[in-house]
Amino acid sequence: MLTQLPYLAVVLIAGIGIATILLKKNLIKMIMGLGVLTGSANLFLVTLGYRDGGIAPIYTSAPEGVMVLSTVQAMTVTNIVIGFATTALLLAFAIMLYRKYGSVETGDIRRLRE
Amino acid sequence: MSQYVPLLVALPLIAAFAMPLVGMLGKTIRNSLAIIAMAGTVTAALLLVYEVLVNGTIIYAFGAFDPSLAIPFDSGGVPIRILFVIDAMSAFMVLTAAIMMFAVVLYSLSSESEQTGQDGYYALLFLMMVGIFGMVTTGDLFNFFVFLEINSLAGAALAAYRINKGLSVEGGLKYAFISTIAGLFFLFAIGMLYGQYNSLNIAYIASVIDLTGLSLVALVLMITSLAMKAGSVPMHFWTPDTYSSAPSSITAILIVSSMASLYAIFRVAFSLYGVTMNVVTIGWIIIILGILSMFIGVSMALPQKDVKRLMAYHSVSQIGYMLVGLGVGVAVLGDTQMMNEFGLVAMEGGIFHIINYALYKGLLFLIAGAVIYRCGTRNLNELGGLGHSMKWTMGFFIIAALAIAGIPPFNGFASKILIYESVFIFNPYISVIAMVVSIMTLASFVKVFHSMFMGPKLPQYAEVKEVPLPMLIGMGLLAALIILFGLFPDLVVNLLIEPAALAFIDQSGYISSVMGGI
Repeated sequence: MLTQLPYLAVVLIAGIGIATILLKKNLIKMIMGLGVLTGSANLFLVTLGYRDGGIAPIYTSAPEGVMVLSTVQAMTVTNIVIGFATTALLLAFAIMLYRKYGSVETGDIRRLRE
Repeated sequence: MSQYVPLLVALPLIAAFAMPLVGMLGKTIRNSLAIIAMAGTVTAALLLVYEVLVNGTIIYAFGAFDPSLAIPFDSGGVPIRILFVIDAMSAFMVLTAAIMMFAVVLYSLSSESEQTGQDGYYALLFLMMVGIFGMVTTGDLFNFFVFLEINSLAGAALAAYRINKGLSVEGGLKYAFISTIAGLFFLFAIGMLYGQYNSLNIAYIASVIDLTGLSLVALVLMITSLAMKAGSVPMHFWTPDTYSSAPSSITAILIVSSMASLYAIFRVAFSLYGVTMNVVTIGWIIIILGILSMFIGVSMALPQKDVKRLMAYHSVSQIGYMLVGLGVGVAVLGDTQMMNEFGLVAMEGGIFHIINYALYKGLLFLIAGAVIYRCGTRNLNELGGLGHSMKWTMGFFIIAALAIAGIPPFNGFASKILIYESVFIFNPYISVIAMVVSIMTLASFVKVFHSMFMGPKLPQYAEVKEVPLPMLIGMGLLAALIILFGLFPDLVVNLLIEPAALAFIDQSGYISSVMGGI
């Protein structure tokens, strides 16, 4: 049961993230929700890669034990960088919209629909 | 081992990051760099396609001299390196992307010539090409995710590039949100597959996959997220906003990137899962998504007044045709008799429609861009009488409009007839719906043609003249290909489409091309 706990956390965090994106009307909060969702994806990947008693594949004076291929950790680092870039881009859009529309509420940003 | 594979990604990547630096030296030098990089990438793409068609599937292992080193001898038969796998289907997508890139870069040289910030524009344009070429050639799931994100970020930034009082930013924001959420869902699915099979390589996972509950969840997540990126109903709401607010040349490239997502749906369905999943259910889900896209797309397009918004709704509707054609292929996968009878033809129709759609839809958006470039408005009620002054543009519009409506002898007809004929045997109702949608498409484009080009010359457009030569060359290239593909469909189908469809069906061939004899 205890080993399943991280997966439960992943589902919870992802749920919070998706709910924030869907329910909040404020652009900044929506972007925060996206950040939370990215965090849950990272937690999921890191949890998957954990092997009990495994050691990192660094060969110089390595202790006895099973080495674990660190693909998942590499994926997580990549995703953190991608998430950073996405958040930066979205926040830049939010700044632009605030300058042009004077608001970051989604209710006010609907000029395209008219 | 082909040396053209890395060039496909490396050339545009170097060009993208060199662009802001070279831009400091002056406009002419930067534009020449854009042309040289574009020509180099397109040449590499064409040579690669030729090589694949002659020699069959090409494997490129990053960091290894020899593709046989893709699976290190002490890894226990698991591919560890990142692989690019270019089979006939990938080659076909590379060719589509290369043609569109060529046209768009030429067109941009004029259409963007009076705008600011062109260094960033070309840098993002080339980054986007990196994403598209990577998505269609990679044989590794996580690598695909990275290219998907490169493509999404560059695409969103480009869609919002001309701020246009905030309108473009609105469209770009929607695109960025949708593609990021889609990307994260895809990443969850990758994690689920990695947790079970300890690999990211598509061919390796395909060789060991069985349909556990977790694999099924992963399949659903992948198809949903990619359909979201491709812009099919019911996740289509971003397409009209983003396509209509982005610059026209960018919309043409966004269409190629949605094609790359569509390709990935079927790469997952055919090559990754194959017959292990319940093909009939998944096939029907894809077909129903396709029918809904066709019908909802075209009925939303009919009342639009904004020319680009109208065209954007038509792209939702056209994606439906490809989903139906390839969905029928999924539904009869594993049943040799039905596959030979009509499944293969339906898939050929769907695949042929990918390149045809990219050509005529790209051309339509470039024409809309040309009209906006000269007249400054996109409202169909304000436009009129342009046939007097923009004769070439009008000619190209007639070609593209007849092609999208499926009138012979243009390319839209060639692929639609393949879909009609074969889907009719599968289920006649789908075929009837597809034809009705085609008629509605024609109706809507007759309206556009009439309100843009017909009528007396309007006084406010008296100064309007034909667009500059590079824009005409870009559009003319696409128009020429539309006519060529429409006149000689047999040639194209035999040379490109049939190998591509066979590559999709032949899952064991895909696996053994990577895994070798293991």
